[in-house]
Amino acid sequence: MASPRPSSGSWRASLSRLGDRAETPIQAVIYMFGWSSIICVIAIFVFLFLGAGPMLFKLNWVEFFTSTNWHPKDDGAAPASYGVLAMVIGNLAVASLAMCLAIPAGLAAAVYISEFAGSKSREWLKIAIETLAAIPSIVWGFIGVTIISPLLIKYAGASMGQNLLNGAIILGLMSVPLVVSLAEDALRAVPDSYREAALALGANRWEIVYRVLFPAAKNGLLAACMLGVGRAIGETMAVLLATGNKNQIPTSLIDPISTLTATIASEMGDAVQGQPHAQVLFIIGLLLLVITCSINIIASIVIRGSKENR
Amino acid sequence: MKASTPHLEFRDVSVHYGSHKALDAISMHAARHSVLGIVGPANSGKTTLLKTINRTLEFIDISRRDGGVLIDGKEVGAIKNVYALRRRIGMVFPLPVGLPMSVYENVAYAPRRMGIHDKEQLDGIVERCLRDSVLWDEVKDRLDLLGTRLSGGQQQRLTLARALSLSPEILCLDEFSIAIDPVTTMKIEEVLTRLKQRMTIILVTNLTQQARRMADHIAFINASQLVEWGETETLFSRPQKEITGRYLNGDFG
Amino acid sequence: MNTPAVTNQPHNPFASTDFEHVKERRAATAKWVTLALSVLLVIPMVWIISLMAIKAAPVLSWDYLTQDVSRMGAAGGIWGPLIGTFWLTLVCLLLVAPIGIGAGIYLNEYAKDTAFTRAILIAVTSLAGVPSIVHALFGLGAFVGAMRLGLSLASAALTLAVMTLPIIIASTREALASVPRNFREACWNLGASKWQTIRTIVLPNAISGILTGVILVVARAAGETAPIMLTGAAAYFKLSPHFPERLAPYALGDQFMAMSYHLNLICRDVPNMSEAMKFGSAFVLLLLILLINSVSIAVRVTLRRRKRW
Repeated sequence: MASPRPSSGSWRASLSRLGDRAETPIQAVIYMFGWSSIICVIAIFVFLFLGAGPMLFKLNWVEFFTSTNWHPKDDGAAPASYGVLAMVIGNLAVASLAMCLAIPAGLAAAVYISEFAGSKSREWLKIAIETLAAIPSIVWGFIGVTIISPLLIKYAGASMGQNLLNGAIILGLMSVPLVVSLAEDALRAVPDSYREAALALGANRWEIVYRVLFPAAKNGLLAACMLGVGRAIGETMAVLLATGNKNQIPTSLIDPISTLTATIASEMGDAVQGQPHAQVLFIIGLLLLVITCSINIIASIVIRGSKENR
Repeated sequence: MKASTPHLEFRDVSVHYGSHKALDAISMHAARHSVLGIVGPANSGKTTLLKTINRTLEFIDISRRDGGVLIDGKEVGAIKNVYALRRRIGMVFPLPVGLPMSVYENVAYAPRRMGIHDKEQLDGIVERCLRDSVLWDEVKDRLDLLGTRLSGGQQQRLTLARALSLSPEILCLDEFSIAIDPVTTMKIEEVLTRLKQRMTIILVTNLTQQARRMADHIAFINASQLVEWGETETLFSRPQKEITGRYLNGDFG
Repeated sequence: MNTPAVTNQPHNPFASTDFEHVKERRAATAKWVTLALSVLLVIPMVWIISLMAIKAAPVLSWDYLTQDVSRMGAAGGIWGPLIGTFWLTLVCLLLVAPIGIGAGIYLNEYAKDTAFTRAILIAVTSLAGVPSIVHALFGLGAFVGAMRLGLSLASAALTLAVMTLPIIIASTREALASVPRNFREACWNLGASKWQTIRTIVLPNAISGILTGVILVVARAAGETAPIMLTGAAAYFKLSPHFPERLAPYALGDQFMAMSYHLNLICRDVPNMSEAMKFGSAFVLLLLILLINSVSIAVRVTLRRRKRW
């Protein structure tokens, strides 16, 4: 019996022949889409460098990294100085403090979801965490200013409600979903055979977690913490609003601080494009990019290390 | 063996996966409307051989094929439209696959891609193929049933129906019976006996008795080499190589 | 190991020893502690959201949503920012969805294991980790400056598109990977080309995951402030009171108002702004985002139930 053929001369037949020959050009188009992420990453680096411009060479790098004196406007009385040390310390302080809150809570939630929870409560808890993750950073900043701030003034004796502690609380709550989801991935990546072997040896649920899973997943869990820190360092709007944006090294939890991200956000609007102030802000952006990229790279090396060891 | 051009011919076919040699200089052929049985232990290269016929070997990046695979004397690698080639060859795999659409659409899939959308024509093709694969009576009132919800045996017959939908000239079956029940296996074997009149069948199987029942000629492949090839009864009763006799008797493999 | 006390009862070899009792208690403690800590996270969130709802309640009304901003936000409504967020998100989506889905298709269906593919994957993860203010600087340099689009809806939408690209790529890949490979092989053996197979089998069965990614992009684009702050969001933009223009008040080249930026302005102490008005804007934005997020959860749950294999 002859092969079925579409009614001769029909447009559908020609379309199908076109289908055969269309594969190669379609593949070419899709291949071009594949380049998109690489092009974007390269473009970001390029335009940050371009934005930084001549200040890359004119900047006093020693002063940049070691001085807390941030006076970007040359006001005649003193030349402009660009010291970001206080901001760097501010960034690190609020990020690490936030992680001190987020990591235990996030890890506990991840352990509960992945090892102890029944399927109904797991579903609900995951939805709750997803909702937490969906809240935009500006809303978190708003919460910091309008809700947390008066609380801190009333109960923690803070003179100014927007300070390091405020930022840490807000950032901590923001970071929990990321820690939970990454930690949960790390725990789930441990093969079930490990759990079954431990059960067969008589271990109970908790022993499985801290004697088998934590050691087996330690790389993934470590990476989860690192990525959490990385994300916290890069956070802009919430810290801008919640930390008070005051350029100083904090001496107590209730001191207002400034961060690299907040500085760019608050000053870029006023800085004239092409002038040194704006260019230094681009340099701060480059610094942020380098910091967060390095953390990501180290975290992925840590994760890959664990995969090879298995 | 007819003296005219064989329907399907392998000339010194070798396949490498990277540095691993999967097939070593296989030479044999199949005449039109005959059944060629390919037998051998697991991992001997039988599936790879089938993949060279419809060029699905090309989907494996590290593969390399040397030698000639010819259909009616024409090298398959030289055919410009590889999709047209694949439409002339039907393929049934070991694991039954029901596509996630209605039974009707499963069988109509290949004709639709060819441009056939006329309802009457498609109805005809669907009924013919489902009848050919002995599935029609079970699904004729429920053609909208999801293909993935059929039983394993039904899905394998559905795969056969799909493979027949474009009236292929060569039908390849790769250990079609390992995942299905004996009753379905028997039904499909009856189908193949009838289909032999319309197409050439290449039957890869690890069931030596199945090969004996179905095949006109048998090729025994072991450890990527063609050990022996000839008429079925000859191989079973008077094999040239001792190892052939031992395999066909079930001593190993 | 503790020896059991001498009793008159027959020795039960399956009874727990004292040591095992201690272990059981520790396990139970662990379970309750982790549950408590998890719930501890949820409680502040619920409390905060309810507090915001309560404080915003006096202001919320249909008028609030449809009137113009007046006196810098101290009075009037939030129509301008609301419609601005809508158009911003729409344009961003139109830009990022085709490219992101295309890249996802490339990575999952066509890409081979080469250095190029690994580079793309590294690029996607890196892009996902870039801080939002850095995206803002990039948008400022590339779209506002180099492409001469100026402070505009177009610049902001492009900046958001670059920022949300990894989201679409990741969810598309995941959705495509969830379609079993043997479906594709069955189609290839029937003579369908890779693209035909993708078009007829893979994409239709991956649509829920891709849709989830799209919704995530919408939620993200609607909520982000920093990237649009430097690329086109404006504090106040006079809107025409006439009808068709009110639905689409911003041209691609115009500056625009947006809910997230509006909230940013509010936080900087607008004079004479009542607390209810402040919370009104915050709560509307929060509610909007949470609604979008719940649509994505609903899509995921209902389409998982209608799985076809």
